[in-house]
Order: sequence, then C-alpha cells, then structure tokens
Amino acid sequence: MMLAQFLLEPFHDPAMRRALAAVLALALSAGPIGVFLMLRRMSLIGDAMSHAILPGVAIGFLAAGLNVYGMTLGGLVAGLVIALAAGAISRATALQEDASLAVFLLLSLALGVVIVTLKGMDIEQLMTFLFGETSARMSGDKLFVIAVSSTVSLLALALIYRPLVLGSVDPGFLRSVSCTDGVAHLIFLALLVLNLVSGFHALGTLLGVGIIIIPAGIARFWTRDLSKMIALAVIGALISGYAGLLFAFHAGIPSGPAVTLAAGLLYIGSVVFGPVGGLIWRAFPGRHLEA
Amino acid sequence: MAELRFHNLTLGYERHPAVHHLSGTVASGALLAVVGPNGAGKSTLFKGVVGAIKPLAGAIERIGLDADDIAYLPQVADIDRTFPIDVYDMVAMGLLPAKGLFGGFTGKDHHRIEAAIATVGLTGFEERAIGTLSGGQMQRMLFARLLLQDARLVVLDEPFAAIDERTAADLLMLVWRWHSEGRTVLAALHDIDLVRANFPETLLLAREPVAWGATPSVLTPDNLAKARLMCEAFDDSAAACAIRQVA
Repeated sequence: MMLAQFLLEPFHDPAMRRALAAVLALALSAGPIGVFLMLRRMSLIGDAMSHAILPGVAIGFLAAGLNVYGMTLGGLVAGLVIALAAGAISRATALQEDASLAVFLLLSLALGVVIVTLKGMDIEQLMTFLFGETSARMSGDKLFVIAVSSTVSLLALALIYRPLVLGSVDPGFLRSVSCTDGVAHLIFLALLVLNLVSGFHALGTLLGVGIIIIPAGIARFWTRDLSKMIALAVIGALISGYAGLLFAFHAGIPSGPAVTLAAGLLYIGSVVFGPVGGLIWRAFPGRHLEA
Repeated sequence: MAELRFHNLTLGYERHPAVHHLSGTVASGALLAVVGPNGAGKSTLFKGVVGAIKPLAGAIERIGLDADDIAYLPQVADIDRTFPIDVYDMVAMGLLPAKGLFGGFTGKDHHRIEAAIATVGLTGFEERAIGTLSGGQMQRMLFARLLLQDARLVVLDEPFAAIDERTAADLLMLVWRWHSEGRTVLAALHDIDLVRANFPETLLLAREPVAWGATPSVLTPDNLAKARLMCEAFDDSAAACAIRQVA
C-alpha cells in the first residue's frame, strides 16, 4: 500500500495530473527529435538553442506578463531567428557554427535574465523560469501548448521522415535525387524550437532540453536499429518524466532538475549495462565466433 | 535519348578553373572512360555533369535528361557509416525518385530491391547495419542502389578505387549490362589496362582535354605523357584566363 501511495498519491492533485500529462506528451515528440539531433551530431546545438529562446520568452513576459501564449510566441520567434542567424553567420563568416552558437548562447542567457529582472521578476519566479515549477505543478494553458506542440511535431516528423533519415545518412545522395534536403532541415530546426519551448514550459529554460537529448543517448546503448532507437528514446523519456515528477513532488524541488536527474540515472545505467558499446559488454566481449 | 553536349565548358571553384574549355558530345548510349592524373578535373567534370556545381563559363546541355534520369556515384560518398540503417533500407533509397517522399512500397518493389541486392552478390546481408560492411561490400551496396535508380545516364567517379579485383570484375559486369541496355555511362578511372579492355571511348583530361575519341587512338604513350606534363605545369598563380569566350 505504501508503494502504491508513493507512486500514485501525487497525482490526486489536478495540477500534478496536468504536469504528468504534459511530460508524457512532451516525451512522445522529444524522443524522436532527440534521436535525430544525436544522429545529425547536433546535440550540443540543441543545448545552445535551448538558451537562445530565453530572451524571446523574456520579451513575451515583458509584453504580456506571465501569459503562457505570449511567452510561447516570444520563445518560438527568438528560437527560429537564432537558429537561422547562427547558420547564416557561420556560412557568411569564418566562424564555425558551434562557435557562433556558443556566443549566442551566452548573450541570450545574459539578455534574458536582464530583461526579466528589469521587469521586476523576483528571484523565486526567476528560478521557476529557469528550472521549472517547484513540485512540478502545471496550469491548463501550459498543458494545452505542450499538447499542441507534440501533436504538430509528430505529424510534421512523419511528413519529413524520409528526407530527414536520408539527409542524415547520405546527404550527397539526397541532394542528387531530391531538393527536399534544405526544407527538411529547416522544418526539423523549427520542430526543435517548438519542443524546446514545450520543454521550457514543463521543465524551465535551462533544463528543458534534457528530456530531448538524454533519452536519445540512452537508446543508442541498446539498439542499432533506427525505429527501435526512436521507440526506446520515447520510452526512456516517458520513464524519466514520470519518475522525475515523483521525485519533484516528494522532495519539493523544481521539475527541471528532477526529470533531468531521472533521465541521467537511466543514462548511467545504459552506459554500464547497454549491449551496444556499454562498459560491461566492452570489458567482457565474450569469445569470438568461429570463422 | 540521353546525350551530353559540352560547349567551351569551364568548371571550377571560387574562380579557380579545374576543367578548361571542354567542347564535345557524349552520344546517347556511349560507354565513356574519363582518364587523367590526380587533379586533372575528372571529379569536377562529373559534378558539373550531375549539376552539383555550375559552370564558370560555357555550358552543359543535357538532352533528354531530367534530374531523375541521372544516377551519380561520388568518389567518396559522404555516408555516415555509424548511422543505424541496414543494407536493405539503404538500397531501397534508390527508389526514392520513383516513389517520392510518401509513396508506399508494393510487393513488386520489394522484389526489385531483393533482386538488386542479389545482383551485386549481397544476398544474406539485407539486415546488416551499413557500419559493418567492408569497403568492397559498401561499393556493391551503392551499385545496387544505382541499379534501382534505373537512370538513363550513369556517372561513376572512380568506382573501382580501393576495392579488390573480384569485386571490380563483378561491378564491371554491371557497367556492361547498363551499356547493353542502351544507357549512357561515364566512369572516371585510373587503371589504363581496364579502360583499354572494356571502354570503347575515352576522354583523356588534364584540366584541358588532351584527346577524346576511340580508346586506342586516345591512350597513346604520347598523349599520356602530355597529360602528365600539363598537370605538373599548371600555374596556380596564373592571371585571369586570356582566351576570349565566343559570344
């Protein structure tokens, strides 16, 4: 009984039920997005972009106060502008894309914090902004935004699936038979921004990207098959989301670090036990097969 | 019809020409070897043919050829070999031009994919991840994908470099099959004996065309020596090209 109470009791509260629904919805789209980020070697870019949406969210806050839709719009616009600008700057100048993104990351974070503090946000609010709601409670508006974002992401991913896969594994071939490479990449960046804004609502700006990137890393240790990898990333994100919310509720900490740490535990377990390049399998590979 | 016409074509990168003033016609159904030292502009010419780079001057006319009619095997395919995809799916990509982004695969398509895999001798490797293939197996897989593209112009950039003789012989059979089906085939090659034995027509390139025609008349010791010299003598600090374009 104690265990059932521990696992289920937090969700008697409607705000916690909404948080759970939101995290589960987010996990569905974050899983595949994270897998493609990893396979396209863009994990760090995703990380940098997550900070890039902060000034946009802050300007949304400046204009409309703590209005979910205002901050969503601000975050989306800022994320898209930064994504395109970083790409353009690295193409137009000698600076590498990762270097220009690192600069944007620092400037955005600084700018975002300055804007919200000047507007008179107190430290407690700012913490929520950066790391998610304490004990993970959530409003209906945020849940709605996250649900819409996940639905749109999954539909759009289905539409660009072929060029996205092909553009990751053999971009030269894709360009030689089709002109969809650039469009698919742009749509993918837009979906990334959309999910980062979702992640911000659920887990705060600094750690919202965790539920996107870490589950993909987990999945990589268990399979060499793309479809299974996506499925495993979704499952990893679902488990991290649920376990993280429990942790946040019982310990009274913000949702961002709780969910990120839950995913981190799964990741460490995968690094140690995963059959595809995990430590134990590497240390004891077994006898080689007969030729 | 799958004819290529080069009109005083100059191709290159950032104003530096790599192929100079090439004129001529690749007839429909030709089996043409492009031979020349490293840096002679073979890859650059092929990139121009498939439309990956635009001419600095002159023009390429592709008669009776849409983008879908050209299949291209680059010298070093920029394939991410760690990507989790198996041989079957990789070969199936050859149907992308025919199927588009959403078209489903029918039973007939699956038969065609299996047949292409069998033709290159990779039956049994369908579910192997591409990262586990050897260099020769990789090249066989890419040829299977070319087969499915069913293109009327096939452009092969050093298709037999760094693979063993048996694989090269097997893949050469496919080149002959394409030729007998009336497709136009261009291949950049270094093995002069292989060219003499298999390719009726040769273009000897050393940034400028040295000779172009029937293979025996092109691959003479004189021409080959000339090609080597022209590449070595190339002056990187040359002034802008003095030969006037004919308007």
